[in-house]
Formats: sequence, structure tokens, C-alpha cells
Amino acid sequence: MNYKELITEGFSSLMLNKGRTALATLGIVIGISSVIALVSLGQASQRSVEDRIKSLGSNLLTVMPGAPKSSGIRGAAGGIETLTYSDAEAIKNSSEVTTVKTVSAEYSGKTQVVAGRNNTNTQVSGITPEYAAIRNIALSSGSFISQSHLKGMSKVAILGSQTAADLFGEGVSPIGKIIRIKGISFNVIGLMESKGGSGFMNQDDRVYVPLTTAQKLLFGINHVSAIYIEAVSDKVMNQARDEVGYFLLARHRIKDPAQADFSIMSQEDILGTANEVTSTFTALLSGIAAISLVVGGIGIMNIMLVTVTERTREIGLRKALGAKKKIITAQFLLETVMITFAGGIIGVALGMGISYSLSRSMGLPFVFSLPAIFLAFGVSAVIGILFGWYPAQKAAKLQPIEALRYE
Amino acid sequence: MIKAVHLTKIYKTDAVAVVALDDVSFEIKKGEFVAIVGPSGSGKSTLMHILGALDVPTKGQYWLNGQLISKLDDDQLAEIRNKEIGFIFQSYNLLARTTALKNIMIPMIYGGILKDKAVKRAKQCLAMVGLKERFHHLSNQLSGGEQQRVAIARALSMKPSIILADEPTGNIATKQAIEIMKIFSDLNKKGHTIVMITHEEDIAEFAKRTISLRDGKIVSDRKNKRRRLLKNITV
Repeated sequence: MNYKELITEGFSSLMLNKGRTALATLGIVIGISSVIALVSLGQASQRSVEDRIKSLGSNLLTVMPGAPKSSGIRGAAGGIETLTYSDAEAIKNSSEVTTVKTVSAEYSGKTQVVAGRNNTNTQVSGITPEYAAIRNIALSSGSFISQSHLKGMSKVAILGSQTAADLFGEGVSPIGKIIRIKGISFNVIGLMESKGGSGFMNQDDRVYVPLTTAQKLLFGINHVSAIYIEAVSDKVMNQARDEVGYFLLARHRIKDPAQADFSIMSQEDILGTANEVTSTFTALLSGIAAISLVVGGIGIMNIMLVTVTERTREIGLRKALGAKKKIITAQFLLETVMITFAGGIIGVALGMGISYSLSRSMGLPFVFSLPAIFLAFGVSAVIGILFGWYPAQKAAKLQPIEALRYE
Repeated sequence: MIKAVHLTKIYKTDAVAVVALDDVSFEIKKGEFVAIVGPSGSGKSTLMHILGALDVPTKGQYWLNGQLISKLDDDQLAEIRNKEIGFIFQSYNLLARTTALKNIMIPMIYGGILKDKAVKRAKQCLAMVGLKERFHHLSNQLSGGEQQRVAIARALSMKPSIILADEPTGNIATKQAIEIMKIFSDLNKKGHTIVMITHEEDIAEFAKRTISLRDGKIVSDRKNKRRRLLKNITV
């Protein structure tokens, strides 16, 4: 018996019960599409994080307060007070540190910002003028914080595009307007270009003020939450890291590097940590999606078992007319595989559609993952064979006389 | 052609063993038209299943064309059923919602006959049973008599050495039953060997020979002296 005949027969018997076939297929469609969508979204957010970190330049070092840990990055800094702005100044002015181009420092805190009747809770960052160059901040209008603002503890602020929209409405220029942070009035002197982004990484929901203003007037502290260092080129990153490290150790009078009260991370370190986090998330989510795929497979097996029982007489007749075991097996197995294959195709298309529209709406890049598609197809074929095998065997083992008598 | 030697079939249900066939021996030659008759429970269906290679005897030997059928495994039996035996059932057993042509093609597909040739032969077989125009009709659109004729065409499609009919007229009105018997007589005249099971005396009279079973044993095996011939029947 040739396979073309088997396929046409399988197709027409699937078509005899369209509703049931569609429901069986749906289980696989949901499983496959959720795997595809989640893998592709995971990769998209990974790439988005990667792009953002890379856009800051590969010659950036970040010094954070607190001891280095093997896990690398840690959560909200600020509680640890081992780094100060004078550390940053000292690095900049030191003759021992030769590979550093510019140095900036930052102190950030979440607080309420008020303008007229509107208010928003946002990240207020105290920064130095060099920050703009180091962290690629571009203004769409106005001017950035200057050295004299820093020296004079000026009450000036730069708004992120999101914050500006929250406080003054979409499309209204905030330049020259007044905002109040912790009861103190600030003059808005600049508006940032929109960087895009979402969630905890949203760089548009920010207010920048001079570092000295933030430390003394707003938060009443003396330390910084990070020092940013730009090396002269990305080839001297290791040298720069060593120079800065030993310089700060000496300055903090610490002999054993293992006891350091700060940690230095390059962009690569941060990238690695971020990747670790996103790939764990992706794996976790696809694992959950894979469970739904297995559930879909069990649904198909259930339906095929019902079909075998329903078609007992037909199987008996086919055997009486000379169908061998392997033909009956092939016939039922093929029906299952056709369901899972169709479900695979629809699921891939649906999954891609979901991940495309979601990544669009979340401002993430759309990632077309070919391995994920092949994997999904492979998995759906394997599920078809795995869950189709038992019903097909059951059909093939029927005795023709009993099957023909079956009512 | 058919040689049954001491055929015995015992069904074991829980504690009780039922002897369905008890030491039955006979021979059927090529070109014969044999009716196997007997009341229900006489073992005629069991005998039919063994002759049709659907089942194997508990004891004894069944030879078909010099081949010992009673020792074959499931797939070999399937091959014998496909190539050597044409089945006709009481309830037709056509695939529902499937055209007459496709129904006839099923054994040919399993027998590895190419599609073009199978279509051609299916049409020839339909013509032989007088349903030339009906090949595109779905099986459930046909009357009982027509369905049985499609089943006969299906039985003929693989050019089997014997045609086995199990109560072929059991579900059919008398007038159509006689048409079916006319087809059988014609096929027999053309050289086909036919073995037919029936409990209707007048249907059995169309055959040339009658084997009577009772309680699993042959009680008589005789030539039909008063054979019903078609020319004597007015339909």
C-alpha cells in the first residue's frame, strides 16, 4: 500500500469529524504557539537588554559600593555608603590612573515629583556634567547640567520624556517651568530625547539634577550610588580596572583586595549577568509552555482512543480484506501525526504573530528564532508518534472476527 | 482446492469449554457451488471463519490450494484473505460515506495494485454485478440489494480462488435476494468457486451441493437433486 493512499484516507477520515479534529489540533496549536511566543519574546528582551548595555559603550566601568560577590550585580544600591564624590574626583585627578578619560558619579533615589496639580513617583538622579557623555544622554531641547550648576548646588532639573509627559502633558515643552521635589522648587532646563524602553529599565521616566543638589538638599547624604568611568579605549579595560581598583583600595586603606568595600564591573560583566537572568526566565517560561504541549498530546491520544473504539467494525473489515498490522498501525499513526503537524504549522504562525505584536507593543526588537521553530516542529512530530502509538497498536491488535461482530 | 481435515474448534469461556466444531472433514473442488446449512449454534459461522482465514482451528488442518492455512500467523493470514478469499457479509460491511468505487478498491490497495489499474478493475467488477452506472454513489445512498452487489464486486476485485458468502441474502428482500443468487449462479458458471452459508432452505437450493451441520458435526453432505434453476423462477 503506498503512502499517498494512506495520507488521502487519513485526511478524509479526519475530515469526517471536523469539530473533533479541530479541538484535538487546538491543544497542539496552543502548546506550540506558546513555546514559540515565549522563546522569541525571551530572546527579544535579552537582545533589548544587550543593545541597551552595549549602547553605553564597551569602554565603561562601573564602580559600585559594597564588596564584590560572585553573582556580580546587586539590587538597589545606596544603602552602602563607602563611595563618595571625592573618590570620583580623586580618580579623575590621580596621576597613577592613566587610562581613564572621564569620570562621573550618580546618586539616585525614588521620590515624589510635583508640578502644579500633577505629580509622579520617579527616579531622581543626582549626576555630574560628564554623565551625559558617558551614558549617551541626548537632549531634545534645553541644556544639560553644567559644572557651575554642580558647584553652586543649583536647583535645576532635566526631565525624561515620560516624566515630562506625566507632569505637563504630552507635547508640552517643560523648559522654564517649575517642578517641586521634596518641597524644593526646581527650574526645568532640559528635556531628554526619548530612548524607548519599558518596565524597570525605562530610561525615559527620570529626573536629573546636579549631584551636589541631590546629596545635600534632597536626600541629605554624602555618598554616591555609583561611579562611572570611561576608559580611553576598550583595549585598556583590564588595565583601567586594575588601576582604579588599586587606587581605591589605597585610598580606602584596605590591604586585602578580597576585603574591598566596592566592586568594579565592566559592561561585559553586566551583560553576562543580565543574560543569565533573561535566559533563566526564558527557560522557565518555555518549560511551562512545554507542559501545555504535553497536555495537548494527551488530548490527542484520548481522541484517538475514542476513534479506535468507534471504528472497531471498520478496522475488522479492513483486516478481513487483507490489511496487515503495520498498515492499520500506519493509518492511525498517520492521523495523529497529521493532527500534530497541522497544529505545529498553525502554532508556529500564531506564536510568531503573538510575539511580533507583543514585542511591538512592548518596544522590544522582534526576534525570528529558526531553532525554536524547528524544535517546535520536532516536538510536535514526536508527540504525534508518542501519543499516537498506543491507540494505533490497540487498533492493529484487534481480532477481525470480534471487531466485525462489534456493535 | 479446499481440504478440511478433522477440523475442531473449542472456545474456552472461563470454566466451560464449548465445542463449536467437532472433527469436521470434507473437500471442495474448484468450480463447486456449496451451501453450508444448519440451525444457529450448529458451528457454521465458526467453519466459515476458519475457511475464510479469519480464525485458526484448535485441532485439525485446513488446506487451501495446497497451502496449510491453519499454521499461519496473523499477517500471513491477512495476505491469504487478501489474495485468495472474497468475502461477502450478511450486513454488507461497506465503508459508510465512501463511494462504491472506493469500497471496491480497498482490497486492491492492500494487495498493492496500482491506482489506475485498481480503478479500471473496480469498474469492471461493478459492471459484472450490474451496477455500472453507480460507481460514484456513496454506499449509504444505495439500497440493501445494491449494497450487497457492491460487496460482491469488492469480493471479486482481487480475483480470489474462493468466494465466501455469510448469509448473503439475510438482510435483503426476497426479490432482490433472488437477483443476488442469479449473480452467484452466473459467477459459478464462469468458473468461480462459491461457498455460501445460509439457514434459508430455498436459498440453499441454488447451490449444487449442500453440507448440513448440527452441533458442530456434519449430518449430511449431498448433491442438490432438485436444484433451483433460474429459468424456473418468475420474478
